Amino acid sequence: MTVVESGHDLGSNRGQIWKSLRSSTLGMVGAGILMLMAAAAILAPLVAPHPPTHVNFGLSYQPPLTRGYVLGTDDLGRDILSRMLYGIRVSLQVGVLSVAIAVVVGVPLGLLAGYWRWLDGIISRLTDLMLAFPFLILAVGLAAINGPSLNNAVIALGVAQIPIMLRVVRGETLRIKASDFVTSAEAMNASGLRIMGQHVLPNCTSAIIVQATVIIPVVVIGEALLSFLGIGVQPPTPSLGIMLSDAQQYISQSPTAAIFPGTAIVLICLGFNLFGDALRDALDPSNANT
Amino acid sequence: MTDLPSADHQALLSIRDLRVNFGDTEVVHGVDLEVKAGERVAIVGQSGSGKSTVMSAILRLLPGSGHITGGSIVMDGFDLTQADDRAMRDVRGNRIGLVPQDPATNLNPSMKVGAQIGDALKAHGLRDRVSRKRRTIELMDEAGIPEPERRAGQFPHEFSGGMRQRILIAIALAREPQLIIADEPTSALDVTVQARILDHLQTLVDDHGTSLLFITHDLGVAADRTDRVAVMLDGRVVENGDPQEILRNPQHEYTRKLIAAAPSVSATEGVARVTARSQGVEKRGALEPILLVQDVVKDYKLRGQRGQTIRAVDHVSFKVQRGATTAVVGESGSGKSTLAKIALGLEQPSAGKVLINGRAFNDRAARKELRRCVQPVFQDPYGSLNPTFTIERLIDEPLRIFRMGDRTSRRTRVADLLDQVALPRNIAQRRAGELSGGQRQRVAIARALALDSELVILDEAVSALDVLVQHQILKLLRDLQEQLGLSYLFITHDLAVVRELAHHVVVMRRGQVVEEGGVEEVFTVPQHEYTTGLLDAIPGASLTAS
Amino acid sequence: MGRFLLTRLWQSAITLVLASIVIFLGIRLLPGDPATAMAGEDASPEQLAAVRAELGLDDPLFMQYMAYMGQVLTGDLGRSTMHGNPVIDMIGATLPVTLLLATYAMVIAVVFGLLLGVLAERQRGRWPEWFANGAALIGLSVPNFWLGIMAILTLAVGLSLFPASGYVPFRTDPLRALYHLTLPAIILGASVMAVIMRQTRASMLETMQADFVRTARAKGLSRIRVLLRYGLRNSLIVVVTIVGLQLGMLISGTVVTEQIFALPGFGRLILDAVFTRDYPVIQSAVLVVTFGYVVINLIVDVLYSVINPKIRVGGGR
Repeated sequence: MTVVESGHDLGSNRGQIWKSLRSSTLGMVGAGILMLMAAAAILAPLVAPHPPTHVNFGLSYQPPLTRGYVLGTDDLGRDILSRMLYGIRVSLQVGVLSVAIAVVVGVPLGLLAGYWRWLDGIISRLTDLMLAFPFLILAVGLAAINGPSLNNAVIALGVAQIPIMLRVVRGETLRIKASDFVTSAEAMNASGLRIMGQHVLPNCTSAIIVQATVIIPVVVIGEALLSFLGIGVQPPTPSLGIMLSDAQQYISQSPTAAIFPGTAIVLICLGFNLFGDALRDALDPSNANT
Repeated sequence: MTDLPSADHQALLSIRDLRVNFGDTEVVHGVDLEVKAGERVAIVGQSGSGKSTVMSAILRLLPGSGHITGGSIVMDGFDLTQADDRAMRDVRGNRIGLVPQDPATNLNPSMKVGAQIGDALKAHGLRDRVSRKRRTIELMDEAGIPEPERRAGQFPHEFSGGMRQRILIAIALAREPQLIIADEPTSALDVTVQARILDHLQTLVDDHGTSLLFITHDLGVAADRTDRVAVMLDGRVVENGDPQEILRNPQHEYTRKLIAAAPSVSATEGVARVTARSQGVEKRGALEPILLVQDVVKDYKLRGQRGQTIRAVDHVSFKVQRGATTAVVGESGSGKSTLAKIALGLEQPSAGKVLINGRAFNDRAARKELRRCVQPVFQDPYGSLNPTFTIERLIDEPLRIFRMGDRTSRRTRVADLLDQVALPRNIAQRRAGELSGGQRQRVAIARALALDSELVILDEAVSALDVLVQHQILKLLRDLQEQLGLSYLFITHDLAVVRELAHHVVVMRRGQVVEEGGVEEVFTVPQHEYTTGLLDAIPGASLTAS
Repeated sequence: MGRFLLTRLWQSAITLVLASIVIFLGIRLLPGDPATAMAGEDASPEQLAAVRAELGLDDPLFMQYMAYMGQVLTGDLGRSTMHGNPVIDMIGATLPVTLLLATYAMVIAVVFGLLLGVLAERQRGRWPEWFANGAALIGLSVPNFWLGIMAILTLAVGLSLFPASGYVPFRTDPLRALYHLTLPAIILGASVMAVIMRQTRASMLETMQADFVRTARAKGLSRIRVLLRYGLRNSLIVVVTIVGLQLGMLISGTVVTEQIFALPGFGRLILDAVFTRDYPVIQSAVLVVTFGYVVINLIVDVLYSVINPKIRVGGGR
């Protein structure tokens, strides 16, 4: 005779969600890392000790803790710390923009596919088609057509995440559509769009947020990977992926140059993963495992 | 344990001062209970009374952070609270069998049922495949499953709820244990199936001379089927004794309330009420009915099978008179819920017509107008309110959709509606998650009244509520009908509550109307044998007759 | 099951046709004249006309598509503009390396992901759970190409446990082939393993709280038996779904892994083609990956229907 509360109640207990989030140590560590990374990205032009693209051949391969170059310099004598700060900026930009693409396209399509069954077949075929192109293949195709660029990377990464966001929202919509409060709204003569906007969407919000925290680290790694391979961000724009690709060339001279940018990527992703886990537990107490 | 009364020597299971905690909170506060060999004992209580916790404690299968903090559970001189897991494994299945509550969730969905029964045999040493298979089929046959050889190779989802429960009974009886614990074994099933399964379980238990510990929320079922009843409230046994004696002469206030609220045992009271109510209605009877269902047919296409259809509603006709209540009674699959959707204009009938105030849901304009007249209240008070809305927003939603009034006038209207359903005005800014089940159902009723609707479709509106709350909501519905002249289409599987609200009854089975008439006619002189069956299945009926 | 298979086949076929149209049109979207792109900037008008004729660029688009598909289906994928070799041969030489690597990585990911997932569930609140959770979190947060660089730096160069690069064909020496591929496969499988582990743990946690698990325990079965026969069996359904969804990541991952470990695989072929603007190779490679991906997903779905009896009998999703 136990009555199970419905899965995601976003609006019903904001206070409780905050409390649950605040009480999760790992979640707070994740939030701390994210704030640090966000600060680095926003303040990069102010706090970077050197211009990120400033070449100084006289000072190449400096080890960390060299005077004026806390993390050392690369093969062209550029300051690794400054490049990293700007690289984090690029990573977060790509992360946010790609998720925006996935949300802006995926959420409405997911709502439509879940709510209007006659659209489901068409949208499902579209999803299958998008899924047939892994993001790297998409990026390869775009690079072949337009030449490699930051925009291509964002589009490839964002488009590849659309089907995943779409499926999450579609599933939630199907679940919510079957609930009696939607039937009640239908009996009140509410229009389909009104039901999607006022009843279904608010009740999927937590699922969308949680999915976004899952997507961002994937996208951040994806950007680094594309830039590492040379089909993402192009030099001289500093990107963590490019820094790693460069560092691999001279890894015997200066192994530390490969360690710092990698650590930055790991921290960004760890921050999102830790925070996302805590957020999921807070939004959906039935998932909590403590 | 030196001062045992002599009767304890016959006790198969003896629970003394049992205390159970979940985390640091004590939920069972010193329960005493005993079951003698061959005896049938019931634990009766509402959800949250601790009755299921006691059951889990006996099997030492408490969920999560649950643990026993005190007392003893002695079976055959052996204290189960002190047993290690290995010893408990020998007790479970072998000496105590469990028939769990919900047949939908208690079988492994990805495993053939034969193997699941076989596991119970294998756990206690029946290693030989062939004899295990033979015994499995024997058990299924004994539990009343037709074609056991074939069906043993099927998966749970290929069985109906009743058949799954029979499989669970076969599992419980596999090792012929001395004690069967049945945890609300049929509350998830239709009434007629319920009665059949309970009869069958009882026969099997009696044949083997097994003791039965029966856990239920329904005092009527307990009274019908057991030798002794223990009533639990908030983790304590508040009353313990002979069921007839308890019903006739309850000692504890809570038991008295339970008996008063239980629709099954207060039917005589219902009769008087119905007669009183019917007089008022008859005066208006000449008027045009508010809902007219005429020869309605609804066919659904079967998914995947080309061109094949299934007929959910088969030439059904009835009406709801203005200011009166018509109950549609049927078990799952009877088509009653489809009928509710058709009456709300959410589904179109394949043939026949549905007229509300003489108009049909023909076009957009008619739909818009009719939906102001007819509003639903659904079964699940947790699912029928959008959890992201405030109570105020929930109740004034129909006003917003129909663009009625401004912010202030809507606020006043919501306050009035809250008064009408006897909810405090200050809950308007809270959300549904903060309310109890009964309060939520009141909110749903308030919402249904917001547009001054004349007809309310009550789709199992009280079925998910505890007996006491159910009683209050039924009273609210009657009061509202008197004050506002509302008409109800009351759809339910529970014949017992029909008498408390309805004037007119329609009994449905497999999409067809098998019987129709005034509530007293149907209850006292049922014409169709299916109705008789339904009436007989009402727990506690035998008791009120005597 | 038959119906489910048919529907699924039909859907895959539609996807394949749509994908091939997209790929075909992709080449049309090349900036400027495709003939110029293929023949080179400094080609003479006669050469251009020859290329145009050879490519059938003057026919209607639909006819061009049909002609292109006709060639593809007969195994004629054109010639590399860079090397002049038939593209089909280049793919034939590199694809086995990648398939072996990907399969190896998937096996590692599934085996260790499941083991760690079950371990984490079994040992709740104890150090194995913390260890498994930590490993999973790191697997999700560390880019595998960086992990690869670090592994080469420490395990291969520093400790000489594994070869840093190089490849031995499977046919010549299976053991040495696997030995050479072990480190790349671990690196490639790490993030997939992390996802599988987390899903296994989550779904085991959920399954082990299900009513039917308690009922199984009430039969007198031991905890480990219930875990294997009742818990894991249902969790596998989830894991198979995850494997299907992770294939895209795995395919993307092979490209970078091959790059780091200098393996002569399919990923390297694609990447080199992008940098040398070798359009016939790019087009065919994308086609092969897409087709392969759709077919593998089909297989995963069929597998899914085998372990999930509801789909097998019901026919619906």
